[in-house]
Amino acid sequence: SVNPDLASERQTASFSVEKLTALLDGGTEQTQIRRAVVEAIESDPVFSRENQYFQTQNERYESAVRKGVHLQKKMHEMGWTEDGPEYKYIYRALSGDVAFLLHRVFMRSISVLGSDKQIAKWIPLATQHKLIGSYAQTELGHGTYLQGLETTAVFDSATQEFILNTPKISAMKWWPGDMGRSATHTVVFAQLYVHGKCYGIHPFIVQIRSLQDHSLCPGITAGDIGPKMNFEHIDNGYLLLKNVRIPRENMLSKFCEVQADGTYVRQGSEKINYFTMTAVRISLISQEVLIPLMKACTIAIRYSVVRRQSKLKPGEQEAKILDYQTQQEKLLPQLAAAYAFHFINDYLQELFNQGYREIEKKNFDMLPELHALSSGFKAVITQHCTAGVEICLRACGGHGYSLLSGLPSLYTKILASCIYEGENTILLLQTARFLIKCFMAASAGQPVPPSVTYLAAVKHGKCPAKNKLDFLSADIYTEAYQHVAVRLTSSTAAKLQDLIQSGVKKHDAWNQCTVQLVQAAKAHCHYIAVKNFAETVEKLETKAGIQKIMKHLCDLFALHGIFSNTGAFLHDGYTSAAQMDMVTASYLDLLAVIRKDAVPLVDAFDFTDKSLNSALGSYDGQVYQRLYEWAQKSPTNQMSPAYERYLKPLLHNTLSKL
Amino acid sequence: EALVLNDPDFQHEDLNFLSRSQRYEQAIRKSSLMVMKLREYGIADPDEIYWFKSFVHRGRPEPLDLHLGMFLPTLLTQATPEQQDRFFMPAWNLEIIGTYAQTEMGHGTHLRGLETTATYDPSTQEFILNSPTVTSIKWWPGGLGKTSNHAIVLAQLYTQGQCKGLHAFIVPIRQLGTHEPLPGITVGDIGPKFGYDEMDNGYLKMDNFRIPRENMLMKYAQVEPDGTYVKPVSDKLTYGTMVFIRSLIVGDSARSLSRACTIAIRYSAVRHQSELKPGEPEPQILDYQTQQYKLFPLLATAYAFHFVGAYIKDTYHRISGDISTGDLSELPELHALTAGLKAFTSWTANAGIEECRMACGGHGYSRCSGIPDIYVTFTPSCTYEGENTVMMLQTARFLMKSYTQVTSGQQVTGMVSYLNDLSRQRIQPQHVAARTVTMRINDPTSLVEAYKSRAARLVESAAKNLQAELNHRKSKEDAWNRTSVDLVRASEAHCHYVIVKLFTAKLAEVSDAAVRAVLTDLCLLYALFGISRNTGDFLQAGVLTGAQITQVNQHVKELLAVIRPNAVALVDSFDFHDVHLGSVLGRYDGNVYENMFEWAKKSPLNKTQVHESFHKHLKPMQAKL
Repeated sequence: SVNPDLASERQTASFSVEKLTALLDGGTEQTQIRRAVVEAIESDPVFSRENQYFQTQNERYESAVRKGVHLQKKMHEMGWTEDGPEYKYIYRALSGDVAFLLHRVFMRSISVLGSDKQIAKWIPLATQHKLIGSYAQTELGHGTYLQGLETTAVFDSATQEFILNTPKISAMKWWPGDMGRSATHTVVFAQLYVHGKCYGIHPFIVQIRSLQDHSLCPGITAGDIGPKMNFEHIDNGYLLLKNVRIPRENMLSKFCEVQADGTYVRQGSEKINYFTMTAVRISLISQEVLIPLMKACTIAIRYSVVRRQSKLKPGEQEAKILDYQTQQEKLLPQLAAAYAFHFINDYLQELFNQGYREIEKKNFDMLPELHALSSGFKAVITQHCTAGVEICLRACGGHGYSLLSGLPSLYTKILASCIYEGENTILLLQTARFLIKCFMAASAGQPVPPSVTYLAAVKHGKCPAKNKLDFLSADIYTEAYQHVAVRLTSSTAAKLQDLIQSGVKKHDAWNQCTVQLVQAAKAHCHYIAVKNFAETVEKLETKAGIQKIMKHLCDLFALHGIFSNTGAFLHDGYTSAAQMDMVTASYLDLLAVIRKDAVPLVDAFDFTDKSLNSALGSYDGQVYQRLYEWAQKSPTNQMSPAYERYLKPLLHNTLSKL
Repeated sequence: EALVLNDPDFQHEDLNFLSRSQRYEQAIRKSSLMVMKLREYGIADPDEIYWFKSFVHRGRPEPLDLHLGMFLPTLLTQATPEQQDRFFMPAWNLEIIGTYAQTEMGHGTHLRGLETTATYDPSTQEFILNSPTVTSIKWWPGGLGKTSNHAIVLAQLYTQGQCKGLHAFIVPIRQLGTHEPLPGITVGDIGPKFGYDEMDNGYLKMDNFRIPRENMLMKYAQVEPDGTYVKPVSDKLTYGTMVFIRSLIVGDSARSLSRACTIAIRYSAVRHQSELKPGEPEPQILDYQTQQYKLFPLLATAYAFHFVGAYIKDTYHRISGDISTGDLSELPELHALTAGLKAFTSWTANAGIEECRMACGGHGYSRCSGIPDIYVTFTPSCTYEGENTVMMLQTARFLMKSYTQVTSGQQVTGMVSYLNDLSRQRIQPQHVAARTVTMRINDPTSLVEAYKSRAARLVESAAKNLQAELNHRKSKEDAWNRTSVDLVRASEAHCHYVIVKLFTAKLAEVSDAAVRAVLTDLCLLYALFGISRNTGDFLQAGVLTGAQITQVNQHVKELLAVIRPNAVALVDSFDFHDVHLGSVLGRYDGNVYENMFEWAKKSPLNKTQVHESFHKHLKPMQAKL
């Protein structure tokens, strides 16, 4: 039965939960497919995550490998294919707790970087799992800055082989997933040397373990890099190469080739590489970042209507903690952000598909914009969502700290996303570089991509709002965001110019402006996110109360951004101090409005209890019973040798010696 | 320190490679040894015990924490002499291991909501203890799950049919000798947590469990044999313990943040990445402005919190002296101040530790960096000993009270005395703080004034909003709740002001000129960075203009460059031993990469060359496909 405190929340929903779920999925058909996939996976005991919180690193790894193997069987059984509509829901249904994710990256990199001949040779082997692949890029001493990698591949024309080496300790490959224990092959990125000349970073297929007994190949040292904050189920690995020889054909050669005599040939456009990075960053947003935030919101909001604490009024029952304004102020902006980023993800996806069609026509014009947006949003969204999950964790008081709440593992997982696929600060600086370039172009009257045309139309007005209700107008707040983004970009561009004109070298000037450049890039993304949310709301059907509640969330998202960043809006007097008080008033009013629909809004994310795996966040709200039951399953409640070995002597014999 | 470091008994495998049960076992082993060695060496001074303990456990919690930190002190302060005779020596000798069972599954910071009952039965002169609902099960107390055989249980006292509120009872929970739970007692471990792996946080359910009347701690309130209840004299005294523990958390915020800064800054000096200038070798990442902007303000914060922690500790000791002579006048302010500072510093340190971790890039995420461990150990302090938001609202209550006093013409003293200026301002028509426009950006004293004006304006604005709500609505409680976001902001501004003020005041006490110079830079950075992060408050209050904010931002960046050459020396000054730091990235000698490799080789996944999963799962799959 459902906890009455939670049941009552569902009776007052102002909109249809089912319709909102369909909107999030992109149609009722998609919802059905998703639910079918989730059902198929969750009903299979092999995929159970029941004991996850009690397992050791070794056990987690083994279970992930078992699931990875079983998944192949399951897909075959269910008739799911890699390009079918079900595929994208599998990972969500598994909650990521599965091995061989890097195998897919291995395959993708061969498809993108390999010649037709190489694709024909390797892809079938990989598809049939005759080998297990990994992808070895980062090194112990080198991460986001690829040109700094130190691994070498020297061409030996006598034997037609490359000789791979790890010249020093900082050059050891470090972090690649599935490489510590599982992989038999990996794509190694190394500096290519031919006849003593360095040609930069290139990809090579290297076999690292025997296909017979899985022992390491000669010249290879590899292993697991040890425990991390999360991802215990993945064997992130290290790899040391000592005079490892591979045939010339193992260099992935779609774009660059070393011919038999050592001639280096470059062919085709490498721009496609940027396109792959863009693809990875966009897919990461929905799978690795939005889902954890949505889950965290679901857990924290459901728990906040079950948990009662202190009294709001003397003599009454203790109040639901979600009725406290301060609790609403923690959680509801996270909920609004989850929706805002969901819609931005749709926008990026759409832009990406458009770009893909253009690229197929050999038109690369959209690439810079796509690259800038995907970098910037990857950084902004991962940062925002990571902070959001942590806020949810802490909003659950002490119980949030228990692994059984599900929140710590969501947190430790999502926070890795701030670093992989490009460290966030560096990504924001890439977006900033694009912004500055476009700003200069726009100022000179040249055409710029659609997302930045606003930089050309610099207006020097004041915010026209007269009362707090005006701040519920999308035009008013979108304009304010636009103003801030323009101001930060133009003032930084001006400062860069000044520095350069006063004789500072270009790269020094850039480093002196990086703190402001990062701010400009964030403001740009924030503006686009607000604008996109407002435009999405416009287009929604007015039926079933969906548009109304989405409008509230959009307002909340926008006003929360102003409320928590007042300085940027007040700085040049665009918004006055009195207007800022109006923003605060409107913002706080909205909290009370959205409060009523908070539970239905998280129900609409449609996570099953199994996928939440949380004692606090289940649909029925039976929080305390579940906490108690789950705690009793803890291995620490089985036999503990500590009493016999240490406590007993402490309590008895030894004391006489004291 | 050396005593512990050189003692082979305290050596063990890296905890990162152990399971939770193993970590608990190691902690118990070391705690047992520790107690024996403390007595053997005759170490009795509290500070020395603290250092010894934090070295044995390397700053981690341990199962006897609650016994030493809560059970024994509570006996000393709340037990009658007769009870001390019965319990204190056995507890000192660890025949009795106790814990302090307050929080319940459904109840935390709001103590009055606890549901456990203790009903007095005059016919047998016993209390009958019960956990009437699932939500009333005691949940979280450290050392309760597996270690303790006694607990001090907080329960609602019922006698002669009336509820007399919360009282403390000494409850035996496990059989001496066999360590089996007693009949009527259900006790166990609450399962894995974010951190605190070595601590057996526990649950306790009592079912008509009877204890003698003499087991109620009766130094203050009493129940006589016939069931008559005798009220305690004053209840303000319990404030003292809370103030003390919260002041410890402020110190802990400083220490935890200092450790994270040490690791991140040393590593940033070792790590090279990308290029600043084309063609030159990759620079130390600490030379990037963005990296300095992440780390140096945190370094300044760590120093600021250090001084704040010391201040509260001193004030507490001074006031404790007054209390024992019966003077309680300063207690309310100190209580309000520590609540807010506990919340302010733990929130800031919590976020700061995470920033340090992310500033270490991917390697920060590995357990070998040591930062994940610092984080998971520290982060619960945002919720325990008073949930932070509730703490901020306590401070706000004091601020509102002081504000009301000022508006009714009274003077207030102490850290809130700036509110006195508000009433003088009121005579003039313009806005409160629209006066200080001459701010000297290089002068900490001038910045203290800016923070003061900001606090005054936010306190006043919260008070006015509260009043407006009261005028609109009927109940005081609703108005309070609808203003609580403003109230928290006001408290934050007040705490921020106090910290800047204390840091600035500290500078004058430093005699060494070079040390004073570098601390002045840090103090300026702390204050200016705080302004640049909260520009809206200062702009809206009219304390600063947009042009001044631009200056502030510029000066922050200049200070980063000034502090850069001293950065490593400033973290070395924290003087953390490598063993205590527990970090490969933060090693004193900076030999990071070699040691990461050595560390990884010890991972349990690497115990065998070919993992058993290969034979179990991979090979069969490859054979089948």
